[in-house]
Amino acid sequence: MIKFILRRFVVMIPQLIILSVLIFALAKAMPGDALTGQLASNPKMDAQTLHELKQKLGLLDPPYKQYLHWAGGLLHGDMGMSVIHQVPVTQLLAGRMENTLILSLAILILSYMIAIPLGIVGGRWTDSWADKMVVGYNYLTFATPLFIFALIMLFIFGFVLNWFPTSGSVDIRVEDGTFSYYMSKLNHLILPALSGAIVNTTVTIQYLRNEIIDTKIKDFVKTARAKGVNESKVYTQHILRNSFLPIAAFLGYEIVYLIGGSVFLETIYGYPGIGQLFIASISQRDFSVVTALVMISGLATLIGTLLSDIILSAVDPRIRIE
Amino acid sequence: MKTEIANPNQQNIDSDKQKMKRPKGTGPLAIMWREIVKDKLALISLILLGLVLVIVYGASLLLDQEKIITVDLLSIYAPPSAEHILGTDYGGRDILGQLIIGAKNSFTIGLFVTLVAGIIGLSVGLIAGYFGGKTDNVIMRIIDFVLILPTLMLIIVFVTIIPKYNVYTFILIMSGFLWTGKARLIRSKTLAERELDYVNASKTLGTPDWKIMIREVLPNLSSIIIVNLTLNLAGNIGIESGLTYLGFGLPESTPSLGTLVSYASNPDVLQNKWWIWLPASLLILVLMLCINFIGQALKRAADARQRLG
Repeated sequence: MIKFILRRFVVMIPQLIILSVLIFALAKAMPGDALTGQLASNPKMDAQTLHELKQKLGLLDPPYKQYLHWAGGLLHGDMGMSVIHQVPVTQLLAGRMENTLILSLAILILSYMIAIPLGIVGGRWTDSWADKMVVGYNYLTFATPLFIFALIMLFIFGFVLNWFPTSGSVDIRVEDGTFSYYMSKLNHLILPALSGAIVNTTVTIQYLRNEIIDTKIKDFVKTARAKGVNESKVYTQHILRNSFLPIAAFLGYEIVYLIGGSVFLETIYGYPGIGQLFIASISQRDFSVVTALVMISGLATLIGTLLSDIILSAVDPRIRIE
Repeated sequence: MKTEIANPNQQNIDSDKQKMKRPKGTGPLAIMWREIVKDKLALISLILLGLVLVIVYGASLLLDQEKIITVDLLSIYAPPSAEHILGTDYGGRDILGQLIIGAKNSFTIGLFVTLVAGIIGLSVGLIAGYFGGKTDNVIMRIIDFVLILPTLMLIIVFVTIIPKYNVYTFILIMSGFLWTGKARLIRSKTLAERELDYVNASKTLGTPDWKIMIREVLPNLSSIIIVNLTLNLAGNIGIESGLTYLGFGLPESTPSLGTLVSYASNPDVLQNKWWIWLPASLLILVLMLCINFIGQALKRAADARQRLG
């Protein structure tokens, strides 16, 4: 087991290096550098001082040196300055990251809350009317693009019915740390989290349903029934125990979807997280922020798949042998 | 279903009769067609999709694109009326006309992305699966790497920084990130296929590798490929309109369905002027649902255990 995890880590290192080289190359291809922002705010800067400053900052070094410098900075948590906001990128990201994490966590919890009961119903009573509804629901959510669904949810529950706020992550009038502050946060969270969760349930439902259908005809389940275990116990203690494990292993892969989804959800609901920051930064050509966000997302995806592989190998020892 | 089981003899006689009358086709296309006809939802989807496409492509030939994108300040945000069946947008432009042109562009580009990504994925997958060993190893490492990339963000970055940005580069950028899933699928199927006797027989006879791959292995994967491309087409229309919605999809000169939906980022439009964004949203939904339903029927056709007919 430990050997597998170690080997998996070793595979991750070259991936991480290639990822950072790719992103660095992209960052170089983007117009503007670390000084462009200061140039705008400082009229006294002329070509001579600019050249000197560039030399001092190493912007005229050969690319590989610049890369090492940049990557070294990354390791120390230095991601450069935001040209638009004139603050270090890390400072800009801190609050946004928290919001996105809260939203992603809410989406995960909600989607499991929806998907697991539906998957069990579909798997246990296959071909019943309830199962047909589950399959129908799955077809619909699979085919619906997230941004259309989120927009229609916002239109119906935000504007027509007026049940939920239509933008932001918290009401600006409430005081930080009070009870109403957290209630307001929750209130702003429900609609985006629900939209993200419903579209996100498809894979889990389908997998759980198939898994239960496959498991319920296996010999150990027959044995359990034969020795007189009652039907609901057969499901909770014999079948589900086996079917849940692979679902847990998908947790890491979910992160990949959540990052992509956050761009749409946060833009539509005006939710101040990293997805919205990404779109705003790229529209304002604030490329140091863009680079940092792509790097962080790549890293999160890497860690997510690593997490999944580890859980999967813990659950299913056959994977380790490969 | 139940009566058939109750009286198996009757069923045999019936199917014998059918066989005598008209032998069932056994080619993949015949099987797929039978499956779609058996599945009412898929059949309705196919008819609806065909109808929408005929209307969209037919009407876009007749429509005067210049007239539709010309700004008319006298009828800004006009609600639906006899003159403008679906009203107008902030520039007084007819929504229905934009809807038709947008649907045409969205579908065409979705189709091209599917084809380009399909060809890349297919070739890479075939090569990796057929040759196996080192080739496979190298290709799989590359695919594993592309799979961990934050695709959506990178597509947006590429769209922004590419110097000559137009429809063709957009198709290439999207295809460049979306071929990996297909390559993996084709590779695993080819790996299984190359162990079969007909491939070995062909090799012994001295058939060149490329000929075995294209003329012998590929036809055996055709049904899986068709299913995969169909489902991808729906996905790609969604991704394209989503990117255009965010403002990083098709350039403004080629409006897509996402362009109309993107007007809804103005809360006033979203709340009070449904005729601008709702029809386009529903059309995207209808297109994607239809293609998916057809794709699901084809998927069943490709797997003999799941067939209805």
